Amino acid sequence: MMDLNVQVNPKENSFLSEVIQASGEKIQNCFQCQKCSAGCPVAYAMDILPNQMLRHLQYGHREKVLSSKTIWICASCYACSVRCPNNIDVAKIMDTLRNLALRSGAEPGEKDIPTFHSVFLDTIKSKGRIHELSLLIQLKLKTKDFFKDAGLGWKMFRRGKIKLLPSRYRGGKEIQEIFNEFEKGTRR
Amino acid sequence: MKEISYYPGCSLHGTAREYDDSIRGVLKILDIRLQELEDWTCCGASSAHCTDEELAIELAARNLAIAEKSDHELLVPCVACYSRFKAVEKEVREHSKKVYFPYQGNVPIRYALDFFCDEAILEQVKKKRVKPLSGLKVVCYYGCLTVRPPKVTGIREYENPQHMDRLMKLLGAESIPWSYKTDCCGASLMITRTDIVRKLSDRLLSTAKEAEADCLVTGCPMCQANLDTRQEELEKETGKKYDLPILYFTELMGLALGHPDARKWFRRHVTDPIKILSAKGLM
Repeated sequence: MMDLNVQVNPKENSFLSEVIQASGEKIQNCFQCQKCSAGCPVAYAMDILPNQMLRHLQYGHREKVLSSKTIWICASCYACSVRCPNNIDVAKIMDTLRNLALRSGAEPGEKDIPTFHSVFLDTIKSKGRIHELSLLIQLKLKTKDFFKDAGLGWKMFRRGKIKLLPSRYRGGKEIQEIFNEFEKGTRR
Repeated sequence: MKEISYYPGCSLHGTAREYDDSIRGVLKILDIRLQELEDWTCCGASSAHCTDEELAIELAARNLAIAEKSDHELLVPCVACYSRFKAVEKEVREHSKKVYFPYQGNVPIRYALDFFCDEAILEQVKKKRVKPLSGLKVVCYYGCLTVRPPKVTGIREYENPQHMDRLMKLLGAESIPWSYKTDCCGASLMITRTDIVRKLSDRLLSTAKEAEADCLVTGCPMCQANLDTRQEELEKETGKKYDLPILYFTELMGLALGHPDARKWFRRHVTDPIKILSAKGLM
């Protein structure tokens, strides 16, 4: 059982106030009804349940939260957000936490999922659009898992679902500029 | 002739080609002209908002700024793109978010399913229907982002949506009540945590079979890919038999409207829909 008598005061808790500010969500209002966790389709694969996550945030447990598997396992289905009686958008908080975790440089609780996101963004940066084959090749080079889904890939290729070459268009340059500015920090 | 702008998104140029082809086919029959956005780029999809919310906003806003150059509605068939666009629209309209590209929040952003369920379109479909889908039993799978969160989608019946069911009935199919219509398939975990996607897919496929559906209908490229492509490996794991075709709602619209290319769309599926559609006398 979690301690239900905690005094939640964002002013005395810098991590809590940071997450409240970045997400715009009133995390201090959570009263542990557990509806979020009851309806979460991926809760079984999490190391911290969504309701527990909110409690850890109220306590200000920065490292525990940012190094959790949970923030990466969340599939952003928003079932929790629509069922919260206190109107807390839990899925949005998960986004905020993923953003913070990446910026903190801490070792993520799940390896392949953040790698996937980073390869996905690299593909957008270099090509402007997602070309699935390039994405998969890059991902396999990073995860070294070369044979996973190879048979499925071939099946999809035979059905014309995987294109060999990316499509041609001109928008890519603007996209590179956006990324460059974000990487330099001039757009934040 | 009505004209609309079109943002296909990356999937519709790749793994969801039959969705793109069937949308174009159906709109042609309905006399609606499609203008693909010039030079569109990826909306950032599931990865940008997980990484950097500010970057995610700019990647989506670039496309909305292109769309805003015309006064047409913007048709968005991929629900991941749609959800991102609506989130940015909300930021700009309600929180006066300033974005780098000239986007003011004035483009009507229409998810394809919502667009095709407009009264005026349904009226046209009713008139032009040449082959009612009689005897075809379907479950309507809305998934997550077509309905959630309602503050973004504006959908009122987000726990038990009915609009796709109504569309299917109008096409002549039988839409079966099914409790899993807004459950998650695991979405972008498809490549990294395939185990989770398999578990969630098994539940959706098994319950659709229990409901005695001939096929499952969706409007999301990620749901379609997750449920269509992994049935064989799931069968080996669970010992069950699924063989449940996963169709885009626009493919069934095209079939009922008598589009000559329907067979070509169906051939792109990993789980073959032609067998059951032929057995029902629909092909």
